[in-house]
Order: sequence, then C-alpha cells, then structure tokens
Amino acid sequence: MKEISSAIQIIPLDSYIMLSVALFSIGLMGVLFRRNIIAVLMCLELMFNSANLLLTAFSSYHSDPSGQVFVFFIMIVAAAEVAVGLSIVVMMKRNVESVDINLLNRLKW
Amino acid sequence: MTFLFYMLSAIMIISALLVVFSTNPINSVIYLIICFIAMAGHYILLNAQFLAVVHIIVYTGAIMVLFLFVIMLLNLNKAIIPQKSQLTRISAVVTGGLFFLVVLAATRQTFEIQARYPFTGDIGLVKEVGKALFHEFLLPFEMSSVLFISAMVGAVMFGKKDN
Repeated sequence: MKEISSAIQIIPLDSYIMLSVALFSIGLMGVLFRRNIIAVLMCLELMFNSANLLLTAFSSYHSDPSGQVFVFFIMIVAAAEVAVGLSIVVMMKRNVESVDINLLNRLKW
Repeated sequence: MTFLFYMLSAIMIISALLVVFSTNPINSVIYLIICFIAMAGHYILLNAQFLAVVHIIVYTGAIMVLFLFVIMLLNLNKAIIPQKSQLTRISAVVTGGLFFLVVLAATRQTFEIQARYPFTGDIGLVKEVGKALFHEFLLPFEMSSVLFISAMVGAVMFGKKDN
C-alpha cells in the first residue's frame, strides 16, 4: 500500500502525458473511422477519459485536489451527454431504421 | 510500480485500439469496459482513490450498461453496417497518428511541473476532494444538478413518439 501511494514519485509526468495523448488520438481516429453511431459515441467517451486522466495526473503531481473536482464535473457532463446521445440514437433508429451516420449527411451542408 | 504502470498502459492502449477496430458493437463495449477498469487502476496509482471508485461506478456501472442496454434494445448486435471506404479509413488512421505526433512534439517542449505543496499521498481521498468540492466548487456542484435535470428532460423529449 505504501509503495502504491508513492508510485507517482517514480513515474515521470511525461509518461502520463504520452499515454493520454495516445488515448485521445485513438478516440479521434475512431470517430473518423467508424460508421456506427454507437461506436462513435464510445470513441467520444475515450477522448473524455483521456482528458480526465491527464487532469488527474496534473492534480496529483501538483498536490492540489481542484483538478480532481474538475474530473468529477467532467464525469457528470459525460453522463448527461451519454443520456442525450443514446436517446438520439434511439430516435434515429426509430425514424430511419438504421444507426449509420452516413444516412445523416444532410446535416453536413 | 513502474512495471504496473506500463502493464496498465498497455492494456488500455490495446483495448482502446480494439474498441475502434472490432466490428461488433458488443465487443466494442466489452473492450471499452476493460479500458475503463485499467484506467481506474491508473487513478489508484495516481492516489486518486475517490475518483477510481466513482469511475468504476459511473462509467463501467452506469454508462457502459446504458450502451449495452441500447444495443440490446435496438438489436444492433450484428455487424450489419458497412465500413467506410478504404480511403477514408486510411486517412482516419493517418490523421490520428499525425495528431499524436504533433501534440507529443508540442508537449515535449514544456517545463518540468513543480509541486506547489510537498508530496502527500492523501490528495485524492474523499476528505480532501470533498473539502474542495463543497468549499470552492459548491455553486458549480449545485448547477450540475440543473444540467442533469435538463439532460433528463431532453432525453425524455427525444425518446417520446411524436404523433
């Protein structure tokens, strides 16, 4: 237990920056890659979580709990976003009988 | 401990890639749950125990179950949707890789973070986070309930059958 609580003194902050940038780019890639709207929403969750991880890392390395409060708020916003997004998915399935985002390309121009 | 960090990071990156590249939505959700559990392990390594518990409860307990519920409800568990064209997929991968390289190159120039207070292991405990949450951030915390109400009303509005 003691080793875990002092682990951040060994691991450099750069590793966390690298990890969360990698996660964010994977999420960005997924948003551009997939056509299923549910998969796109999941990749959005990945991007949210990479930001959360980076905020927590900075907060812990800076010994300041405010960053963790922000992560808490981001989780609240993500929960609200998922509720609205999934109801949009349900409505889309009901109206156009598919969850393919290419069917909604009239919103593009 | 460094080994633990690298193992959790490898699990996270691999399962995140599998979220993107698996064609079945159910498999994507399962891999995302694995990714989030590994992220809870990262929170514990970062001494954010409160956030680790909240992350497990909110993400893997509520949000992912909501995803699974919608997938089962709409009967989407077959990979019926065709993939994007080859060109779009390749350019998506190239865009992600280039974004990774650019942000990494930008953050390599940053300064070393200096801790404002001496290192303590109990920053992420419920006591410290609760103090910050209910002293400095009380108003945003209360406003988030308004956000939840509006999200709930919006979800009900969208979900209603129009006649």
